[in-house]
Amino acid sequence: MSDTLQQTPLFALHGELGARMVPFAGYAMPLQYPAGLMAEHVHTRTKAGLFDVSHMGQIRIAAKSGDVRDAALALESLVPANYAGLPANRQRYGLLTNDQGGILDDLMVANMGHDLLVVVNASCKEADAERIEAALSDRCVVTRQFDRALLALQGPASEAALAPLCSAAAAMRFMDMIETHIADIPVTLSRSGYTGEDGYEIGCAAEDGERLARLLLAQPDVMPIGLGARDSLRLEAGLCLYGNDIDTTTTPIEASLGWAIQKIRREGGEREGGYPGAEHVLRQAREGAARQRVGLMAEGRAPVRGGAKLFADAQGSREVGVVTSGAFGPTVQAPVAMGYVETAYAAVDTALFAELRGKFVPVHVRATPFVAPGFKR
Amino acid sequence: MTTYYTKSHEWIRLDGQEATVGITTHASEELGELVFVEAKDEGTEVAAGDAAAVVESVKAASDIYAPVAGTVSGFNDRLSDEPTLVGSDPEGEGWIFRMTVSNPEEVTSLLTREQYDAL
Repeated sequence: MSDTLQQTPLFALHGELGARMVPFAGYAMPLQYPAGLMAEHVHTRTKAGLFDVSHMGQIRIAAKSGDVRDAALALESLVPANYAGLPANRQRYGLLTNDQGGILDDLMVANMGHDLLVVVNASCKEADAERIEAALSDRCVVTRQFDRALLALQGPASEAALAPLCSAAAAMRFMDMIETHIADIPVTLSRSGYTGEDGYEIGCAAEDGERLARLLLAQPDVMPIGLGARDSLRLEAGLCLYGNDIDTTTTPIEASLGWAIQKIRREGGEREGGYPGAEHVLRQAREGAARQRVGLMAEGRAPVRGGAKLFADAQGSREVGVVTSGAFGPTVQAPVAMGYVETAYAAVDTALFAELRGKFVPVHVRATPFVAPGFKR
Repeated sequence: MTTYYTKSHEWIRLDGQEATVGITTHASEELGELVFVEAKDEGTEVAAGDAAAVVESVKAASDIYAPVAGTVSGFNDRLSDEPTLVGSDPEGEGWIFRMTVSNPEEVTSLLTREQYDAL
């Protein structure tokens, strides 16, 4: 492992648990543990998995006025979401856009009552922080918390695992976020995640990270899970991976993420537009985009992977799109994928053909998620 | 019947001109559990080092190369429904394909078990 890679606060624990470490976004991260990808995936869907996501960036935004609504309004100048209307202790997904309406990153924003807590992708966190600072520092104090630990506990047994350690956890609904304690460790606790399962994301100081992870791993039904299973879990859940399924060349409308733009920020809304690239996004929302992200399932067992071209016909003469993520879905027990197709081919059940080692295998556009979500509404 | 090995972690077991090919225990441990295995169609001519089969784990596809020149003559059909057999018995029941080799002498250019283990 290259010594230029950064380490999360759980690095030593990963070694002790027998993780196979790989470079990811500049960090040495666990790809899998001895149980293996398949077992880790199934365990998360049926019990509870613990993920180290400390490589992701945590950023605090506090308004100089002291009013969290001012911080939310300021952030709305970069993100097409309704954050001024986000109640305290609630979290909401959003997208950072560029001047063309392309996606610079996807993020989670929580109203912590006194300020905002933003969680961003590891590979984008420096650029995101610079962008937010540049745009908001006249009105807000922007604090990078890149040294904190972040754990995700995901799966149907998550609530039972947290209950003896944190009395507040069970009462939380999906996308609630609070500041509380787990055992005696101060944490930020959200009922969210990126696997399609019920679960929590838990932020804490770096020096408490390993002790918190050990406390959680000591609970019944909790097992450590690596990045490999995280990828197959999020894919089955129909969730985008930044850099694969969304990037600066895809807009929120093309990415089928229009739901992340609340009504108040859309055409005719009280705070319509007002973010970078808004004119492009609003136009696409009105007129439709030329291509659209869709879910795909292949016949047979052969996985169709990212990069595979999609065709309208079995001879491969009419190219209509490309796969951006694909794998065998351990829960679905079939190959699952997502990608972009020309809008005329985006309707659910449309028959397409994916190029796989020189052959054209039948695939169908399918609704996502591929598995029923387990969120606690 | 002697088994020979390649640097790319295939094994080949020769019986006259007919050979059975699979991947080594080391390779199967590196790949993890497999979800799909497929060989080239019967009758496909392959040169030494050509991709003759593909194995897919949850994460990635890996080519399996023909250790020597010949013609693909069969596929381990059990792997269609039970690809994990490669992981549980890679050098036995988890064999991947059969081939008719062009020149049986060619296998002597491959690695012996001792040479492979020393890699």
